[in-house]
Amino acid sequence: MILWMILKVALKSLMANKLRSILAMLGIIIGVGAVIAMLAIGAGTQASVMGRISAMGTNLLVVRPGQRGTGGVMSGTQQNMTLDDATALLTQVRGIRAIAPVVSGNGQLKYFGKNARATVMGTSITYMPIRAFEIERGEMFTEQDVERMARVAVIGPVTAENLFGASDPIGQTMKVNGINFRVVGLIKSKGDQGYFNPDDQLIVPYTTAMKQLFGLDYLREIDIQAKEDADLTQLQADALAVLRKRHRLQPGTPDDVNIRNQADLLETANEVSKKFTVLLGAIAGISLLVGGIGIMNIMLVTVTERTREIGIRKAIGAKDRDILNQFLIEALVMSALGGLLGVGMGVGSAEILGRFTDFATIVKPYSIFLALGFSAAVGIFFGYYPATRAAKLDPIECLRYE
Amino acid sequence: MIDAKHLVKEYHLGGQTVRALNNVSVKIDAGELVAIRGPSGSGKSTLMAILGCLDYPDAGEYWLAGEDVAGLSKNRLAEIRNQRIGFVFQTFHLLPRMSALENVELPLHYAARHDARERALKALDIVGLSDRTHHEPNQLSGGQRQRVAIARAIVTDPAIILADEPTGALDSRTGEEILALFKTLNDQGRTIIVVTHDPAVARHCRREIYLMDGRVAEPESGRMGEWEMMQ
Ligand SMILES: Nc1ncnc2c1ncn2[C@@H]1O[C@H](COP(=O)(O)OP(=O)(O)O)[C@@H](O)[C@H]1O
Ligand SMILES: [Mg+2]
Repeated sequence: MILWMILKVALKSLMANKLRSILAMLGIIIGVGAVIAMLAIGAGTQASVMGRISAMGTNLLVVRPGQRGTGGVMSGTQQNMTLDDATALLTQVRGIRAIAPVVSGNGQLKYFGKNARATVMGTSITYMPIRAFEIERGEMFTEQDVERMARVAVIGPVTAENLFGASDPIGQTMKVNGINFRVVGLIKSKGDQGYFNPDDQLIVPYTTAMKQLFGLDYLREIDIQAKEDADLTQLQADALAVLRKRHRLQPGTPDDVNIRNQADLLETANEVSKKFTVLLGAIAGISLLVGGIGIMNIMLVTVTERTREIGIRKAIGAKDRDILNQFLIEALVMSALGGLLGVGMGVGSAEILGRFTDFATIVKPYSIFLALGFSAAVGIFFGYYPATRAAKLDPIECLRYE
Repeated sequence: MIDAKHLVKEYHLGGQTVRALNNVSVKIDAGELVAIRGPSGSGKSTLMAILGCLDYPDAGEYWLAGEDVAGLSKNRLAEIRNQRIGFVFQTFHLLPRMSALENVELPLHYAARHDARERALKALDIVGLSDRTHHEPNQLSGGQRQRVAIARAIVTDPAIILADEPTGALDSRTGEEILALFKTLNDQGRTIIVVTHDPAVARHCRREIYLMDGRVAEPESGRMGEWEMMQ
């Protein structure tokens, strides 16, 4: 029979029971909508994670102390990295452009009766280019400030806002853990990174931080910026070798430091997004299964209701295959229509989430085609059983059916 | 044209066996207008279903236009119903939500014919419904619906028309009109078989086959007389 005719019959029978058809399609609508929205969140999250990773600076390697304790018992980080380690890396490992020793601690800030808390990073001037920080106003402290152990600081925009409000922080003197510091520069905003807000911190010379603020003689981390053409894997191995030698580790003993580069971070991010995708796939599968069962259920009802019609069609010459195709196409129309409505709902809710919540959402075209393809497949799969039932009905019994 | 020999059809219902057809033989030539008459439950509809290739007999032979129907596949039977046989039912059996024209076109779609529209319009013209082509069944009177059904039965130009109580749901005047239409169609050379319990309807036919308890029988004398007087 002509396809157009079948489609017309299918649409008419859907329209004749609008509410029922919509209820039957609801599973598919919600399933597809949820999948599209969640894939959009996934894609958006991945894009923003990638953005954050590159916001951390390019060609970055971070050396951190290893975990203390053995046999899997973790009891804090070791205190084994020194300034000399940092200097040794810069002089002994090839391919390093810049290095920044980093110590950190909590700071209680005070300015004319106003209080604020912020992370205090003690580091060298190279920290700024390595970590891709820029100065918005004022300037970075200098090499001389580091040597002289000067009490100067550059301040993140959020911290500045918390402490100084609307007034200009540059040139002001504040107290950090009871010691006077002069603000020399304001850091340009990077935006909150979720686990850590780089806009809410204070950067001071590491010398000042170690001797005057925290009384530390070990480092929290050493940041390394590799040269553009450097082989990061090689550099990482070399750096590890230098530190192992300096820490007098025997061959065979585990490393006491931990070096991570951006490639690792990217891999971790991808790993996470892969797991996320598998999870989404499972949710999609379940919701489409439920949707498919809804369609199968309503198709079985439809076949029963239209038993007489099936008998009439067979009496005037419909073959089993014609009846099969008709009901299969009706199921397909229903699921495809449900899929389309679901895409509309998914794209709409992705849009709303992106606009009114913290989720970043990106609707990728492939996710739409994937969802539509799946819902069509579900229609055919779950429509097949009711359709074969219809096709196998005996014409004479159908005609007698009340 | 139709040559059925010793047809037997049984229905089994909860351990009981109903012999709806018990050794029925009928022979109908091309161009005849025949009534199959009998009281309710005598097996008329059962016979019609077998003659119309909608059902199989349990025993006996059925030759249609020289072809043994017993050996044919389901698909082939569907083709025969589509092309050689037209059905008319007591309760019309039109498809709801489809216009008169679409109902009449339907058999041609199953035959994958591309001149469906044209031929359906012609069939509707023959039954006198050219002005109701876009009405749906529920917008038509009973007589009009039956005319649409007849148009659907003749649209593939079948050799045989099988009508099961075609006037059963109509008032007597409309019934007469439908029977007159059958006569016209018969005059044009179509073989027409009218199943009825009503002697008045049977009287419009040129021959009567009388069924009683699943057997071909002689009609009761009184009615037989009436019928013979008609001839
Ligand atoms: N599907 C069926 N199941 C059981 N019995 C049936 C069935 N169809 C018909 N019969 C029985 O067969 C007999 C003949 O039925 P039918 O051919 O419909 O008679 P008619 O059309 O002459 O009234 C009746 O006794 C009826 O009860
Ligand atoms: Mg009957």
